[in-house]
Amino acid sequence: MTLETLDKLEALLAERFPALPRERLADALIVRVEPAELVATMTRLRDDPELDFKQMIDLAGVHYPDREPTMEVVYQLLSVHKNHRLRVKCAIGEGVPLPSVIPVWSCADWYEREAYDLLGILFTGHPDLRRILNDYDFDGHPLRKDFPVFGRYEVRYDEKQGRIVREPVELERAYREPYRHTL
Amino acid sequence: METNTEFLNYTVNFGPQHPAAHGVLRLLLELDGEVVERADPHIGFLHRGTEKLLEHKTYLQGLPYFDRLDYMSMMSEEHSWVLAVEKLFGMQVPLRAQYIRVIFAELTRMLNHLLFLGAHGLDVGAMTMFIYSFRERERIMDIYEAVCGARMHAAYFRPGGVAKDLPDGLAEKIRDFANDFPAKIDEYEILLTGNRIWKQRLVDIGVVSAAEALDLGYVGPMLRGSGIAWDLRKAEPYDAYDRLDFDIPIGKNGDSYDRYLVRVEELRQSNRIILQCLDQMTPGPVKCENFKTSVPYRKEMQQGMESLIAHFKQFSEGYEAPVGEVYAATESPKGELGVYIISHGGTKPYRVKIRAAGFNHLQSLKTILKGHMLADVTTLVGSIDIVFGEIDR
Repeated sequence: MTLETLDKLEALLAERFPALPRERLADALIVRVEPAELVATMTRLRDDPELDFKQMIDLAGVHYPDREPTMEVVYQLLSVHKNHRLRVKCAIGEGVPLPSVIPVWSCADWYEREAYDLLGILFTGHPDLRRILNDYDFDGHPLRKDFPVFGRYEVRYDEKQGRIVREPVELERAYREPYRHTL
Repeated sequence: METNTEFLNYTVNFGPQHPAAHGVLRLLLELDGEVVERADPHIGFLHRGTEKLLEHKTYLQGLPYFDRLDYMSMMSEEHSWVLAVEKLFGMQVPLRAQYIRVIFAELTRMLNHLLFLGAHGLDVGAMTMFIYSFRERERIMDIYEAVCGARMHAAYFRPGGVAKDLPDGLAEKIRDFANDFPAKIDEYEILLTGNRIWKQRLVDIGVVSAAEALDLGYVGPMLRGSGIAWDLRKAEPYDAYDRLDFDIPIGKNGDSYDRYLVRVEELRQSNRIILQCLDQMTPGPVKCENFKTSVPYRKEMQQGMESLIAHFKQFSEGYEAPVGEVYAATESPKGELGVYIISHGGTKPYRVKIRAAGFNHLQSLKTILKGHMLADVTTLVGSIDIVFGEIDR
């Protein structure tokens, strides 16, 4: 986004949503929304003719184990007619459900399922909150920071039992993160 | 005996091993006779945890994972990653590298759309189309091989430029291809565009209005097929796209036929872009010459200690990123491919989210399939142009 559109968008948001905390980055604008006001704010962002965020491009969950609240959901909004973008962040605690934005953008459906599957974020009002990318009976939420990169279980076919068995991962050598890894 | 005259809906399982499933799509279809009442796509059969793996890789090591996302448009995926990393580090890309990246992004668009044409034709029964389009794909694969040594998983783009300059004679080879290609597109159009069977299978199938397309989160050719002129190459020009002249085709009715026409026209526009790039390109460096973040030249490494240290650090530890977050998107052949990186410093990203166009398009199947015949399922699966590498990630 060019600086002009960013300035314009920031002025607009200051006028329409004076209470929302804003953060300006070099090329993006971030607003933080409380979970209780999420759906109402999103609906206004979509329906306001000047803001016109008709599309939700992305929904990303992020896990911050050292922060309180520990979960954050990042929405990327786009207006194809005004050619501007907005990043909306909403922080929630562990196990606390977030209202679903499917009534605002129907494409949020799978994104919320993905956030549930990979991070364990719950959404109220979602019609069908199942796992989506992982296996139907998968255990755990792999994008959490406490989930090891090599997984917890491995499956193999057992000749004697004649079926697939699931066992805890056994590494021949202990896993070592090469070079320092900042969390 | 009492006869039950009421017929119940029944559920059919489509895939994951099905020739028209474009990989590993599993569809649960609830049918009323031959009409689809409800469709429930199941995905994840190709889930490799790319986003988790990227958190444990340096920015350079993360690059080859992007080839393997959408394995039918390899360099376009790399493009999003390198743009995001460049944005995070604030790298400057030399002009020649920008042109080379545009050329290969457009060649990749051709690769993808040619596969779309071939596979879509095959889905609705036009075998010949597949063989025709793979003839041209092979020539593009040869260009890929000449520039990076691999036919598919190129790993050619680098944060800050590209890995190597074009080898001798490749620019002429690309030009020859681009000069021949419009005649080939005409051949495809003779086969398909006016074909009675093709039109019977595609026209008015899967109609999506502009407002619906926005609500469903469509991007790329799917959105343009519904009549919205939105292309990131024009709206948020990256690399050398603002120096090039090309048009954005849009559809009128938002049906499968319009989406087909949009993609065919995009092939012609890509060809135009490539020829312009070849004309405008001038010799020069092809990577960012700040050797903290890009690989030093081999000659300097053999003579200077500094370069050798920089080289070693880059390939062992990686380079230190500033704290921050970026979202970068490119117009990949399937639509907006976004990469969202959160960095907390260090040589590895804290969190990477890949926004794949196909993920969104596939979830709309449950909306657009409703009320169509069972035979139209393959048309629609073909028309939304899905590749499971990027959907399952």
